[in-house]
Amino acid sequence: MFTTLQQWLSGWMWDWLAVLITLLIQAVVVILPIMIAVAYLTYAERKVIAYMQVRMGPNRVGPYGLLQPIADAVKLMFKEVVLPSQSNVYLFLIAPILAIAPAIAVWAVVPFAPGWVVTDIDAGVLYVLAVASITVYGVVVSGWASNSKYAFLGGLRSSAQKISYEIAMGFALVTVLMVADTMNLTKIVEGQQGGIWHWYLIPLLPMFVVYFISGVAETNRAPFDIAEGESEIVAGFHVEYSGMAFAVFFLAEYAMMILISYMTSIMFLGGWLSPFEGIPLLETLFAWVPPFFWLAAKVAFLLFVFLWFRATFPRYRYDQLMRLGWKVFIPLTIVWVFVVMLMHYFKVGPWFN
Amino acid sequence: MTDNIRHWIKTFGLIELFKGLAVTGKYLFKPKITVRYPEEKTPISPRFRGHHALRRYENGEERCIACKLCEAVCPANAITIESEEREDGTRRTTRYDIDMFKCIYCGFCEEACPVDAIVETRVFEYVFWERGENIMTKEKLLAFGDKHEQMIAADKAADAKYR
Repeated sequence: MFTTLQQWLSGWMWDWLAVLITLLIQAVVVILPIMIAVAYLTYAERKVIAYMQVRMGPNRVGPYGLLQPIADAVKLMFKEVVLPSQSNVYLFLIAPILAIAPAIAVWAVVPFAPGWVVTDIDAGVLYVLAVASITVYGVVVSGWASNSKYAFLGGLRSSAQKISYEIAMGFALVTVLMVADTMNLTKIVEGQQGGIWHWYLIPLLPMFVVYFISGVAETNRAPFDIAEGESEIVAGFHVEYSGMAFAVFFLAEYAMMILISYMTSIMFLGGWLSPFEGIPLLETLFAWVPPFFWLAAKVAFLLFVFLWFRATFPRYRYDQLMRLGWKVFIPLTIVWVFVVMLMHYFKVGPWFN
Repeated sequence: MTDNIRHWIKTFGLIELFKGLAVTGKYLFKPKITVRYPEEKTPISPRFRGHHALRRYENGEERCIACKLCEAVCPANAITIESEEREDGTRRTTRYDIDMFKCIYCGFCEEACPVDAIVETRVFEYVFWERGENIMTKEKLLAFGDKHEQMIAADKAADAKYR
């Protein structure tokens, strides 16, 4: 669709301009829905947590409080961005950008449905892993530039945590790559075709759990939100931020949450494949449902689980967090790499033949 | 040994985590206890201690006899009373001020009053827009009492059997 647009544009203007306009339109088409999703994820979070605490949550702005995220955004936009004295202003202002730019850039390779992808590159998984891990710089730099001990401690904690869990995450993905035999995200999903029992969830169940929990830790969400532990270090790395600069950190965190949910559903839950594939009656019954709907439903469920975790679990202590990452997840993933190896050798199930 | 295995199964099966999730998952569907305040209100006891009022007898005479017991008992010194002798020989107040900022709504004035003149009503939704409005003068209190006399009388009657 975008190639025809580009061809049509280059028919009556310079080629480079046509490319630029096409790229911009692609960017807006991808980023805008994500930003709206982020806004409504904050609403969903407040609602879900409120409901689990037998409260009602936001319900004053608009019907059922549906305009609450817009009210929040407008409020934050009109607030002053306070620059702390003695802070490094340049780093202070660039940190939110460092946090949000990778959180948006990763979406360039994420497929939303068959063919709905900005750039279908073969090293998709590597790209996602590499770019997503850059978000840690935003946190570290903000913690350093704020010239505040709380922000500094939050930044340090967060960097240690993210780097630890990245290893477990990487190993979990190695098993996926071993099963899928490709790093292209579209092909990973296509490899799971043929019914719910072909999904990588089944041979890689422990890896699914490890990947998702590492994802929770990676995005600094409860119960792994020691980077912003209110009771110890006020709000962690973003104590000194206000107004839109703070909102940008918020956007980055929630965009990363959505990304983790997307990656989990693409790599373990069959992406846009229908769960009723191969089941005689249900398959024809649900044949009209667009593939994107299945992906969105899976992502929505995983996001709900994120919020569910937050409403349920108390925050991990720092040493417990590190113990879980280094002493449980990493050995477990390494063991599972060998298990997958054996499954591959003996050509187990529908996944390895 | 078996304990060890059981412990491993328990830990790696994430059993306790799922139990916790089940609890919050159950609460997700429970009826919510929030009261949406301006539209919905919680029930209020007839003993509720809100805005003050001065009451009158049925013939229109004010009840307060300027005994100053309320002024004496007030722990926050919120009440100021000045009195005079009227032409008919009775003692009445010339000034009866309650500073609503000082008042702690303890209800002692109401308890102390021998003639049930000063009462606290169930009205709690009031607001001051300007400095000085927080001083409830005798006129304001009497007017407030006149306005809500039916409600006050009903509340006092409901509470009378417990006194």
